[in-house]
Amino acid sequence: MAMLEVNELKVCYGVIQAIKGISFHVNEGEVVALIGANGAGKTTILHTITGLIGAQSGEILFEDKNITKTAGHKIVSMGMAHVPEGRRVFSELTVLQNLKLGAYTRKDKGEIERTLETVYERFPRLYERKNQIAGTMSGGEQQMLAMGRALMSHPKLILMDEPSMGLSPIFVNEIFDIIQKVSASGTTVLLVEQNAKKALTIADRAYVLETGRIVKEGAAESLLHDDAIRKAYLGE
Amino acid sequence: MRFLASLINGISLGSVYAIIALGYTMVYGIAKMLNFAHGDVIMVGAYAAFVMLNQIGLPVYVAIPVSMVVCTVLGLVIERFAYRPLRKAASPLAVLITAIGVSYLLQNLALLIFGANTRSFSSVVHLKSLRLFDGGIIITGEMIVNAVVCVAIMAGLTLFVNKTKQGQAMRAVSEDKGAAQLMGINANGTIALTFAIGAALAAVAGVLMCSSYPALTPYTGAMPGIKAFVAAVFGGIGSIPGAFIGGILLGVIEVLGKSYISSQLGDAIVFSVLIIVLLVKPTGILGKNIQEKV
Repeated sequence: MAMLEVNELKVCYGVIQAIKGISFHVNEGEVVALIGANGAGKTTILHTITGLIGAQSGEILFEDKNITKTAGHKIVSMGMAHVPEGRRVFSELTVLQNLKLGAYTRKDKGEIERTLETVYERFPRLYERKNQIAGTMSGGEQQMLAMGRALMSHPKLILMDEPSMGLSPIFVNEIFDIIQKVSASGTTVLLVEQNAKKALTIADRAYVLETGRIVKEGAAESLLHDDAIRKAYLGE
Repeated sequence: MRFLASLINGISLGSVYAIIALGYTMVYGIAKMLNFAHGDVIMVGAYAAFVMLNQIGLPVYVAIPVSMVVCTVLGLVIERFAYRPLRKAASPLAVLITAIGVSYLLQNLALLIFGANTRSFSSVVHLKSLRLFDGGIIITGEMIVNAVVCVAIMAGLTLFVNKTKQGQAMRAVSEDKGAAQLMGINANGTIALTFAIGAALAAVAGVLMCSSYPALTPYTGAMPGIKAFVAAVFGGIGSIPGAFIGGILLGVIEVLGKSYISSQLGDAIVFSVLIIVLLVKPTGILGKNIQEKV
């Protein structure tokens, strides 16, 4: 069953039609990648799914509920978390305060503590730096914090927007490693990446976006060996 | 002796400025707008208290909470109908100009209802004055109450912002509204809450100010509102301790300036200090350096 289903979605930025009618789905347990060049509309799609911007037409279904017009702040408690592009951690707050805000919609203090422990296990560095002001950490650490913060809501589906952007190769590997572990622990992942090679390596399926349209879709493995894709996105 | 007396007077006046400045700075910190109608909310709070105390004859412990409620509702209404529709406007000037419009609207409504006559506000403070140095320095009950209430409000707000979930949500919205929404925080609700708190503080400030300086007119809030704005910028706009320090300093400077330099130039001195501070430290005393994020 599709956990997330997007049908004929169109989105406008002012007069510019950024998304020109796209459809895709994410099944429970999958890692699905959206790849494409800068400006293809990847981030816009994620923002529309989590209600930061409104759709012009089309529908978004999450676990069969229509969330196309649901207010942004009501999405997370339905079980969908979003790690935004550029990390967007609360830079003036401490690591721990950031993580607690990730669990903002949850009520049970004991459950929140338990999730916090699992996040610390997954990101030992966050534990070491729990009282540090987030803005003073490196980009890679902030990315970990953004991911940890999203996991604090205990999501069924996690959307990740360019998690490897601007990171050193060591951190990139670490981040992709963590995404695989998050997926292995049962969280469904929708991944947006410019680093197509990395994304296709860990994804089950992928969609290729070009200027607001899906131009290709399929198993990640086969896209990785597709000549046109290799030429356009893998730099070969 | 004269210096000490002026200093105490200044701290008392500054405490009122600080309470107003706290409202200014919180709203700016979260909604990123200058609510120029904030001073006039003070006036509304003072009139509400005046009607209940002097015309209906209700006790102080009823009048103050009710005038806080009146101002809170007013703050919420202003936010909902005047400012929120413009939050996504192309220019941030739109909401600024609206705030100035709301300011005049409130003044003119007060003029219509209460007339232009100066009303004599009877103090809500019934403490005896302290006489020190054989009457060389007199500390009135109002002065003590002003300072105590101001410190209590600033401490309460600091605790609220740092220790409560709602307070953390405010800081999150203040820094990044979109990211805050992704956490499940209702940004509009949080902004409305901030306006409500700011307006309730304005009511307190109005009652305290008119208890110390009993002349109440529809324009009573305008000048203190602008000075409190100066105080907030002076201390570093958006910063709660900054508004507190800025307010107290501004009150002290104003009273000392009036006492030692010229009683007519008091306001000019206040604004000159602002210009100097902004030339030396554009972000104010406790202001953050604005970082450009990549």
